Amino acid sequence: MGTHITTQLSTYSQTHSFHLISKPIRVSFISPPHFIGAKNHRRSMAPKDRKPHVSRNPELIRGVGKYSRSKMYHKRGLWAIKAKNGGAFPKHEKKAVAAAPAEKPPKFYPADDVKKPLVNKRKARPTKLRASITPGTVLIILAGRFKGKRVVFLKQLTSGLLLVTGPFKINGVPLRRVNQSYVIATSTKVDISGVNVEKFDDKYFGKKVEKKTKKGEGEFFEAEKEEKNTLPQDKKDDQKTVDAALIASIESVPDLKSYLGARFSLKAGMKPHELVF
Amino acid sequence: MPFKRYVEVGRVALVNYGKDYGKLVVIVDVIDQNRALVDSPDMVRGQMNFKRLTLTDIKIDIKRVPNKKTLVAAMEAADVKNKWEKSSWGRKLIVQKKRASLNDFDRFKIMLAKIKKAGVVRQELAKLKKETTA
Repeated sequence: MGTHITTQLSTYSQTHSFHLISKPIRVSFISPPHFIGAKNHRRSMAPKDRKPHVSRNPELIRGVGKYSRSKMYHKRGLWAIKAKNGGAFPKHEKKAVAAAPAEKPPKFYPADDVKKPLVNKRKARPTKLRASITPGTVLIILAGRFKGKRVVFLKQLTSGLLLVTGPFKINGVPLRRVNQSYVIATSTKVDISGVNVEKFDDKYFGKKVEKKTKKGEGEFFEAEKEEKNTLPQDKKDDQKTVDAALIASIESVPDLKSYLGARFSLKAGMKPHELVF
Repeated sequence: MPFKRYVEVGRVALVNYGKDYGKLVVIVDVIDQNRALVDSPDMVRGQMNFKRLTLTDIKIDIKRVPNKKTLVAAMEAADVKNKWEKSSWGRKLIVQKKRASLNDFDRFKIMLAKIKKAGVVRQELAKLKKETTA
């Protein structure tokens, strides 16, 4: 079998004169190296101006390029760089390293080897916001005092919680924080451009720190109770300013006001996994 | 009692199972006892089991296995799309699709409209009742 094949080959190679060696490399002697990109060629390109070049070696499969090392050497024009520099790669002077101050040996060596904790480069970020939730989206709150209420989304705070408002006049939901997980985002959007929510952040909603009063038994309790029940006037005013602009844009859409005033509930025959919100 | 819708070349059928669920296709050839060659302007011609098809009343005039161009022309001539959308079956499907795609806000608006309509009907009924008793 083997011999049969070789005779076959030899006859073939006799009839067709045929270089089994790779094709001769054609070196084009047109001016400076092509690797700068023939079209946008500028000899004196400042390093900043160069467009980052995509890989010249197309990937066949992950980890395997089309061209061999020698081919890539030629493609990148390293031969031209060498030629320009007289047969070797151009060397740059090393920047003078500032002499580091002499380190003193430590005064104290711990008796046991102390383990260093592993490096943690995670950054604290607010929870990733669902793509369906954008400023002005109507959300359905699913848990808590306001469950079922349809509410307007204003912005996401740095803690990740969503800042939300009824508006208060329409459904009794004040400026409030709500967790993204306890919310269904509907596809209904309200125009929120006239509303300024810059001043609201997590601190605004935090518990008020009371100044420590000296212990004066009987009077102490009464005074506390009076203060806690009322909402400070400036918060009421904030609510009004935010809602004023919102209510204007809500009333421009027919039925939207009564929609926001009504609670959501599942009725007979509604299948949540089939409902489009 | 006798059959009215026959499997034949040119019969329009509705796909009731599989990747092309809900599409209208034309039976273009019968392969064997269980399968038909089926074609539609928006799909590649292929085989389908009869169990996946539900026959409709619509039939178009084509020869066995026409080319796509002829098929599309024949479908235009027979006005399959409009006939389907006007038929009660076709209309029902359109309504089902619309209902499935309703927004939460849309459902709310429909509820308001239903209540309003019922109110109007009840008023008229009350008027008529008054007339008959009076």
